[in-house]
Order: sequence, then structure tokens, then C-alpha cells
Amino acid sequence: MDYFKNDLASIHDDLVNKKYSVEELTKSTFDNIKKVDKEIEAFLKLDEERALEKARKIDERGVKADSILDGIGIGIKDNIVTKDLTTTAASKMLENFEPIYNATVMDKLNDAGMITVGKLNMDEFAMGSSTENSAFKITKNVWDTTKVPGGSSGGSAAAVASGQVLASLGSDTGGSIRQPAAFNGIVGVKPTYGRVSRYGLIAFASSLDQIGPLTRTVKDNALVLNAISGHDAHDFTSSSREVPDFTKGIEDGVKGMRIAVPKEYFGEGVDEDVANAVKDAVKTFESLGATVDEVSLPHSKYGVPVYYIIASSEASSNLQRYDGIRYGFRAKDVKNLEDVYVRSRSEGFGDEVKRRIMLGTFSLSAGSYDAFFKKAAQVRTLICQDFENVYKDYDLILAPTSPTTAYGIGEEINDPVTMYMNDILTIPVNLAGLPGMSLPAGFSNGLPIGLQLIAPRFAESTMYRAGYAFEQSTDFHKAIPTLGGQN
Amino acid sequence: MNFETTVGLEVHIEMQTNSKAYSPSPVQYGAEQNTNTNVIDWGYPGVLPEINKGALEFGMRAALALHCDITQDIGFDRKNYFYPDNPKAYQITQARTPIGTNGWLEIELEDGTKKKIGIREMHVEEDAGKNTHNPDGYSYVDLNRQGTPLIEIVAEPDISSADEAYAYLTKLRQVIQFTGISDVKMEEGSMRADVNVSIAPIGSDKLGVRTEMKNLNSFEHVRKGIQYEVKRQERLLMSGGEVEQETRRFDEPSGETILMRSKEEANDYRYFPEPDLPPIHISDDWIEEVRASIPEMPDKRRERYTQDWGIPAYDAGVLTQTKEMSDFYDATVAAGADPKLAANWLMGEVNAYLNSKQVELSDTALTPEHLATMIKLIEDETISSKIAKKVFKEIITNDTEPKAWVESKGMVQLSDPAKLQPIIDKVLDNNEQSIEDFKNGKDRAIGFLVGQIMKKTRGMANPKMVNKLLMASLKER
Repeated sequence: MDYFKNDLASIHDDLVNKKYSVEELTKSTFDNIKKVDKEIEAFLKLDEERALEKARKIDERGVKADSILDGIGIGIKDNIVTKDLTTTAASKMLENFEPIYNATVMDKLNDAGMITVGKLNMDEFAMGSSTENSAFKITKNVWDTTKVPGGSSGGSAAAVASGQVLASLGSDTGGSIRQPAAFNGIVGVKPTYGRVSRYGLIAFASSLDQIGPLTRTVKDNALVLNAISGHDAHDFTSSSREVPDFTKGIEDGVKGMRIAVPKEYFGEGVDEDVANAVKDAVKTFESLGATVDEVSLPHSKYGVPVYYIIASSEASSNLQRYDGIRYGFRAKDVKNLEDVYVRSRSEGFGDEVKRRIMLGTFSLSAGSYDAFFKKAAQVRTLICQDFENVYKDYDLILAPTSPTTAYGIGEEINDPVTMYMNDILTIPVNLAGLPGMSLPAGFSNGLPIGLQLIAPRFAESTMYRAGYAFEQSTDFHKAIPTLGGQN
Repeated sequence: MNFETTVGLEVHIEMQTNSKAYSPSPVQYGAEQNTNTNVIDWGYPGVLPEINKGALEFGMRAALALHCDITQDIGFDRKNYFYPDNPKAYQITQARTPIGTNGWLEIELEDGTKKKIGIREMHVEEDAGKNTHNPDGYSYVDLNRQGTPLIEIVAEPDISSADEAYAYLTKLRQVIQFTGISDVKMEEGSMRADVNVSIAPIGSDKLGVRTEMKNLNSFEHVRKGIQYEVKRQERLLMSGGEVEQETRRFDEPSGETILMRSKEEANDYRYFPEPDLPPIHISDDWIEEVRASIPEMPDKRRERYTQDWGIPAYDAGVLTQTKEMSDFYDATVAAGADPKLAANWLMGEVNAYLNSKQVELSDTALTPEHLATMIKLIEDETISSKIAKKVFKEIITNDTEPKAWVESKGMVQLSDPAKLQPIIDKVLDNNEQSIEDFKNGKDRAIGFLVGQIMKKTRGMANPKMVNKLLMASLKER
């Protein structure tokens, strides 16, 4: 099955019309993965046997004509808990961890008939922007295998971009869906905080984490988000707000839509090609009938430090449970309890995770709390207010997703501060709990450029409508990488 | 130099909700290890806490019973520390927004003086699991208790002696027990106290340096620990030394306190807002709903017993020592028993029985309805007080309806004159001599005649009625 030339709807039609069976589709998916992923290394674990078994079951009962996702495969980021299927968060700490329960999104995907193909590589505990922090493998960018796929959902993005699956789930704490989507030339959405249940998402920073879909097209993305959204009694931060059909009105266009472009998002460090691509996008939107104005989000510049304090603080607390006692990695030949804790954590966590645990522990300590965590929380409120002010007059914000295109493997990994600046344009969206999308908007030296759309809370529909209009009037999403995923 | 003592008390009480504070696992004492647990209690990767509204309501009940103001916008906070019985490595608590603040509790000292002790704050949090250290060299973790909802009640430093601390704890246990949120059993660990003690020269406007004793689970230990600490600190200061801020342990065998850790070794709990739980608003309606659900408090009941029912103050105190006893008493009166007689029975025979068998009221078969029925049978002279003792033994050991039982056993007193008169007439007919003796002023004769009548009725005749009828008959002869 050529996932470059199909989308969810076309495959669904083929399945319903019995052009091929779900089993055949699933088999060909795995055959392709085995060829392509040798080079890309997006998957940490494949679940072939169970996937085929489920495919046969769906064939037996028949594909549901009213359920567009029924029988179609999906890849899952490895920080989403999957029952009886190893879930590692790309950490040695959880190397052989087989969960006994399913994340809520997994139950929802199962209900929709989707077939889990396997688990996808990521930065350890979702900490990173290049997927180089994985304890297990280095995932490659399909457009240039010497480049990183972005992160932390690098495996999720690379698997879709290389045509191995049509859709995957990622998680986004500071840009971890949108930035890899941009680096890979695909569509990635971080929904509004509270839109999708976090139950079963291995926590990095609880007030920022959100699960979302990565797909080749805007409509496919909306279809997957439809399936995973909604209130969950297991997650008190999930919203009880009714979930609309995100594909409804997606083709209505952007005529009269008021779009804002924040001037702070074109500052130092933003590549010229990236800035130009976004400026071209502005023209496209104007030509489609939207009005576009420049606005200011004055506190955005504090986003990165605020984020690294809040996210690291929450992480330092969330990751304390990995103590070597009940599950996961335990150091050998330990002397006493203190030794179990210290050695298991020292040996089980990678450098970046340790760095953030230390940063967070410091920020929360007596004597630092007021100057760091508390101050960061206050600035976070100001960042939220910046967005609220803009949304009084505008429907949508448009910006670059990442200041640059994909950089080389090994290029930034030893320079954490430069690495952290990668997320400067995506972080404020998480801090404010807003929905954000990255979609293809051009190329620079053969590498994709991502355009970011940011909507008010729970206004994903606006974002999808604008994204779809842009996608339909441009050809960037039709480009097929010349490496790896070629059939 | 003379010193005055200041005692701070933080009391933890486990609440008997159906499920845990942040997970649906059951709360149950004494279950097999680790059976009342789920992925949330284990701190499994990916899990999230789920607020148990019942735990909040129980917390509100306690806060209202302690005359606290309810904080209407509450949030949750994490308190971070590593320990094997604490799987998440943090405890979810309310550091910034305790559910109750600014309350009070009135204590009564042995000399009868009363004193109001302020309650600074009261918050809801979760208990940890339990570690046991086996002789096999391994330590075992039981997470059944992990996540059991707790309330922590922090007193103002109004307590100024070991005896006041003892009285405070006794009263606190009583009030909490009456709210119905906990059985407050010290021996099962459902009530534990952290005590801090400082002394300062009388009249000093500054408090002295305090030492802390943690997790005391007996009122007597609290009393002795404070007494020891006061003396120890006095000795230190009088000899020119200084009290160090430290945590000490009360050692029961020696009656002394022993240094556990100094201030420098204290944990930094790195409190911060719990990002997994949104703030909750407690509406006025919700508060009133909870207020209405709180049972009548012991002070109110005592007042009712003495003023409305004329029960002596001491008796009213005994009857309100536990909610179980007080509820039983109220139910017995409600079932028609005379309040004074009911009080006498509960304080007399019932308490004697409970003490001799070392059981609780609920362990017996006695019901308020049966006790009331028995009391009514005595009042209307259906049974004699001698028979009543037999009836009591029956209804407290077996679930027996006393009226039917008395009738079936033929224990009903013979009080009907129509049935008694022929027997009396017959006895008199057969004892002419006694009638003569009576008429000659020999009162002894009556005793003999009554004895004869009782003999004929196998002791079932109502003595009062026999006397009355006999006297009338004698006058007629």
C-alpha cells in the first residue's frame, strides 16, 4: 500500500469496497516498514502478530462503513502506555516495561477499529527536540538521513513522513509534535490542553503535556483527533466540553477570517527561508480572503526560560517514581535503600533527563522557589494574557513552527541552550494551553519548512479550516521524499 | 527561673471513606497485603489521581465540627520525598489552601475549668503505605493504606501543659468520632499526633526553640513525652545550654525522648501546585448540605440530656463518651423507654456487661428496641426486677424479642386481681391462725401469708398486687 498516494478516506473506501482486505493492508504495511525502517529507524517495537490477528477479526466482522478509521494502522509514540506492549519512553529506566493497562487514547483508537502497528522512537521521557536523546536508536530525517527528525515525537513524524503509516500519535509539551512535523513536512497538531485525556501518557510536565495526531494531510489529522478527544473520568484536567466533528466545515475556507502575525516570532535566530515561507503563506491567506495583521505578543521572549523552569520542576516530581522499587530498571549489587535509589536513577536515566531533574529540583527548592518556580508561573499568566488580548480581535495566529529546518545529527546535542531555543516558537502555545498545528509551507535546501497555526482554546475547528484551505491551495504536502520511503 | 510551656499539636486522622483519596481502591483495615491497590496506588507510569469527593466532604464535616471557616476555592499541592511506602514519591496535600481555617475546640480540664484551643488549619491529604522489616533481612511494602484519605488538624499554640494536650486530644477524638468520618482508633493507627514543645521564661513575649516528636499513637505517650521534654529543656536552659530545633522520638520503656534528626537533616519537600488536579470551588450550597449531614455533637447532646431529660451531668457525660453509646441511648428513648431508666440500665448493667466481656456495644445482640421493650415491661409491672435480670441476659446475648420471650417462658408476673384473689382466699381459708395473729398485731403473719401465696404461684405473683389484695382481704375477715 502506497501511503504517499492515499489518505484515510481513500483507504477506507477501498476496504469497504473490498479492493483489499484489512489483513492484506496490514501485511503490506509491515512489509514496507521492514524495508523502510532499516534506514529511518522510527520504530522501537513492532506489534505485528497482534496487528494481523486484529486485522483478521475486522475482516471477519466486516469493515464498518461509517467508521473511517476502521482497520487502518497507526503508530504510537512510546510514552503512551499500551497494555501488554512494551512501553519504554525511550529510556533504559523502562527498557522492558510491559504495562498492564491501556492509555485512554488507546482504548479510543481500539474502539474506532484502528490497529496499533508499533511503538515509535522519541527523546527519552519526551525531553529533547531531535530524538537523539533516545536510549535506543537515532531516528533519521527522511528528507536527508544525516539530519535529525526533530523531537521529541521524532519517530512519530518520521514514520508518517517516510510513508510507513498514515497516522501516528505523538505528545507535545513544548513543541514535540509540531516541530518534528515541520522538520518532516507533515501535519502535526497539539490540541487544546484538556481536549485529549492524558491518562496513560507517561508524564513529563503535567500542566503542558498533550497527546495529538501526526498525519500527511489536514483532514486525516482532524479524523484522528475526532477519535481520541473527549472527557475522561480518569483525567481531571480533561475538559467536559462537547467535542465537535473537526472535519465539519473544514472546507468552508478562510474568507473573512482575521489572522494575526506576531512580530516577535520573526526575531533573531529565525532563518530567512523560514521567514520568507511564512510571509508567502500570509499572501496565500490574503488571496483566499483572510485579513492578516501584525500583532505583538510581548512576553513571548520569556517563554523559553519560563518553560524550562516549569516543565523541569514538574518533571523532577513526576520522574521521582522511577526509583527501582516496583517496576523498571534496578541497579545491580546495591548496598542499601539509598543505593537502590541513587544507582538505579543514575544508571537508568540519560544525561538530558538528569539535567532537567536537577534544574527542576533546584527551581522548587526552599530558597529558590520564589525566584524561579513562582516567578515563572507569574510570567506564564502574562503570556496567556498576551494571547487573550490578540484573540479579542483575531481568529487565528500564524507563525513559523521552528526557527530553522532540520539540523544535522550530532550538531546541537552537546549544546543544550541552542537545542532549547528550537522550541522558542512553539513553547508559548503550551504555556497558554492553546491548540497549535504545524503544516508544510515550503522547502529550504530540500528540507521542509513548517507553518504554525495557533487558535484560541478549544477552537481547533478554526485551525483545521485554515490549515485545509492553505493545504488545498499549495502543493507542499504533495512532495514525496526521495529517500527511504520511496516505493 | 520559672518557665511557661507552649505545645503545638498536629493530629492526623484517617477517614473511613469507601474509596481512597485519589483512586477508586477500597479503604479497609486489615485486608491481605497489597490487595486494596491499583495502578494509581502503585504510582504506575502514566496514571493520574482522581479526586474522591467523599473525602473532601468528610474533611468539610470535620472542619465544620471544629468551627472552622471553609476555604471555598481549594487547590492541591505536591509534597515531595522518597520512601518505599510512598510510590509516587510525593504526597498530594493542601499546602496553600487548607479546607478549614480559624476554628476552635473547647477542652475541659480535670478541675472543671474550660479553655478554648484555636485550630489554625485543617487540610485533607493522603496516607502512605506501610513498610515492615522482617527478620529475613528484607523489608516489605504494603500499599493497602497508600492513598487513604487523612485530615491533618493543626492547633494554635494555645496549649500550655501536658494535661491540656491530653484533654485536647481526648476532646478532638470525641468530636471526630461523633462526625462519623473515622473510628479514631489509636491502636490501628487511624489517629496519630505530631507534638512540638517549647518553653520560655514566664512573661517572655518570644517563644522558645521547639523540639518535635512525630507519629505518637497514644495519648499517654503524648502526655509523658511533653512532661519529659519540658523537664529536659528546663534542665538545659538552667544549666546555661540551648535547646536545639530537632526531631526527637518518645521512647516508651525509658519514658525519655531521644534525638532522631537535627534541623539540618530535615527534608526539603519542594511543595508546588499539583498540576494533575484542577482547583475546586466549594459552593455555599455544598457547605450547607454537608453541615446538615453532621450528627449532633457531644456537647449539644449532653445539654439535651441534662436539661430536657433531667439526667445528672456526670451520667450525661458517660452517655456521650462515644457516638455509639449516645446514639444507642437516644434510640432507646425514642423507642419509648423512660430516659432515666434507660440511662440507669446503660450505665449500670450494660456497661458492666461490656466491661466484663471487653466488647463494644455493637458486638452484642442488644438493640435499643429490645432494651426499651424490657424497660417498659418493668415499668408496667409485667416483669419483676428480678426477672428483668434474666431477660437482660437473654437480649444482650441473643437477638430475642423480650415480650414474646417473657410470655413463652412464663415469666410474666401474675398481677390480675381476678386470678390472684381466689388464691389469696384459699391461703387465708387454710391459715385461720395467721389471720388471728395479724389481728392481734403480729405483723410477722403477713410475711408468712405472702410467702404461702408466692409458693402457690411459683413466685410469679406480683408482690405489690399481692400485698394490696391481701391487706384488703384481711380487713374483711
